[in-house]
Amino acid sequence: MNNVIEIKHLSKSFGAHQVLKDIDFSVRAGEVVCIIGSSGSGKSTLLRCINLLEKPSGGQIIYRGQDILTNPSNVYALRAKLGMVFQQFNLFNNYDVLGNCVVGQMKVLRRSREEAEEMALKYLRLVGMEQFIHARPRQLSGGQKQRVAIARALAMEPDVMLFDEPTSALDPEMVGEVLKVMATLAASGMTMLIVTHEMAFAREVAHRVVFMDQGVIAEEGPPEQIFINPQQERTRQFLQRTQRRQ
Amino acid sequence: MSIEWLVRIATEYWPMFVRGARMTLLLATVGTIVGFFIGLLVGAVRTVPREGGLIRRVLLWIVDAVLAVYVEVFRGTPMIVQAMVIYYGSAIALGLHMDKLTAALFIVSVNTGAYMAEIVRGGIVSIDKGQFEAAQAIGMNHWQTMLYVILPQVVRNILPATGNEFVINIKDTSVLNVISVTELFFQGKSVAGGNFRYFETFLVISAIYLILTFTVTRILRYIERKLDGPEHFIPYANQMQVQTPEDILRKKRNAVGY
Ligand SMILES: Nc1ncnc2c1ncn2[C@@H]1O[C@H](COP(=O)(O)OP(=O)(O)O)[C@@H](O)[C@H]1O
Ligand SMILES: [Mg+2]
Repeated sequence: MNNVIEIKHLSKSFGAHQVLKDIDFSVRAGEVVCIIGSSGSGKSTLLRCINLLEKPSGGQIIYRGQDILTNPSNVYALRAKLGMVFQQFNLFNNYDVLGNCVVGQMKVLRRSREEAEEMALKYLRLVGMEQFIHARPRQLSGGQKQRVAIARALAMEPDVMLFDEPTSALDPEMVGEVLKVMATLAASGMTMLIVTHEMAFAREVAHRVVFMDQGVIAEEGPPEQIFINPQQERTRQFLQRTQRRQ
Repeated sequence: MSIEWLVRIATEYWPMFVRGARMTLLLATVGTIVGFFIGLLVGAVRTVPREGGLIRRVLLWIVDAVLAVYVEVFRGTPMIVQAMVIYYGSAIALGLHMDKLTAALFIVSVNTGAYMAEIVRGGIVSIDKGQFEAAQAIGMNHWQTMLYVILPQVVRNILPATGNEFVINIKDTSVLNVISVTELFFQGKSVAGGNFRYFETFLVISAIYLILTFTVTRILRYIERKLDGPEHFIPYANQMQVQTPEDILRKKRNAVGY
């Protein structure tokens, strides 16, 4: 069994509001999974439960054979293995581009500065931001910030990359540069879990697409199934709504 | 008022005034710096998330309550009264004879700490939640998050408020004359007590206070501007065609010597 992440009966409530209901799903090594669904359907919460930014209310999250909920002894090591990219970039404002990509490696992975800088540079090159190592976050455009955020996560050499709507806060002309980096990453064999509204991207890059609706996985399957021949009425309706918007 | 008297007082007593000004600056500087660190510590502790086991939560609650009392008491009473209570009170109640300078430094620091704690707490709360989450997502624990990501930003954001505390301390340490610390106001009182020229003497004292606060304000504003740096960034490619990012790193490394 080569499941990197396996989720069983996962549920999450905020007070009386049940946001995730009995979620079952898994991600295999090297797989690219896109999660789609309307706003408020629980996509972010699912992603945030996986790296324990939210504490699940019930169920199991198994990472490489270990149940991380009954065994939360090393939350920090787990999070270091799961790279996260946020919609709002969240670059550390007190560091320049290089510092952003180095601080986690040095403080969490205890790498030497030289080693960390070398690694940072490798990934800043991959995202095309090596010319900006001494720029501050506020001096960058949204697309540049997001590419740095991706490099920051990659420099930790994560096992899995989690993306939460990485292009939703970008001006339209900057969406492409970020998606290009993500497509390169997907082609390199990285295991990726991507929440996105970019249907064309999901169709092209995903191995599997998961459609969430009101806290449950309504349908999942290869992109051809979801986008061309959806089995569920609500999947079809959702796709129609998004097409009309575009 | 006579100009002669002003000149005479200034020329005759300037060594006393300089000593007074130095003492005032010492009290204000030490008080602000120590108070700043007290504030950082108290502010950071009071924002520790209340989670974990029962014992941990109870402990956090107690610590928070104690710190809240500290902040309220020192912000809610005048420093002049705190000085009397601590200096004379500690001698009578505890048999602890602090020397005047130690007592004065202690009082200003603890007093400033109470104000700074609230400033720091506000500073932490106003940092974008995304900064905490990004630090956690990368695997940092609470203290690493605070130390490497949050507090540096808080420090930058509260610099104006800290400068303000410094200026307030320059002025308000004058109340410490009640425990006979030889700061600027005390020197003025001594001089005026000898020549009975209260108006002229304290006019000179005012001028010295004004010079101190004005200079400090300008220096702090300069530091703030320096810290912010330029608004736009020019990629190295445009600046130095021949350098690679590695060259830049190597040069920087040699310069700071790591
Ligand atoms: N911290 C929170 N507290 C209370 N409700 C929340 C919280 N986070 C998310 N929710 C609610 O959970 C639901 C799902 O949110 P989310 O996972 O962000 O959806 P999506 O990412 O699919 O748009 C929404 O109704 C949202 O209001
Ligand atoms: Mg979301």
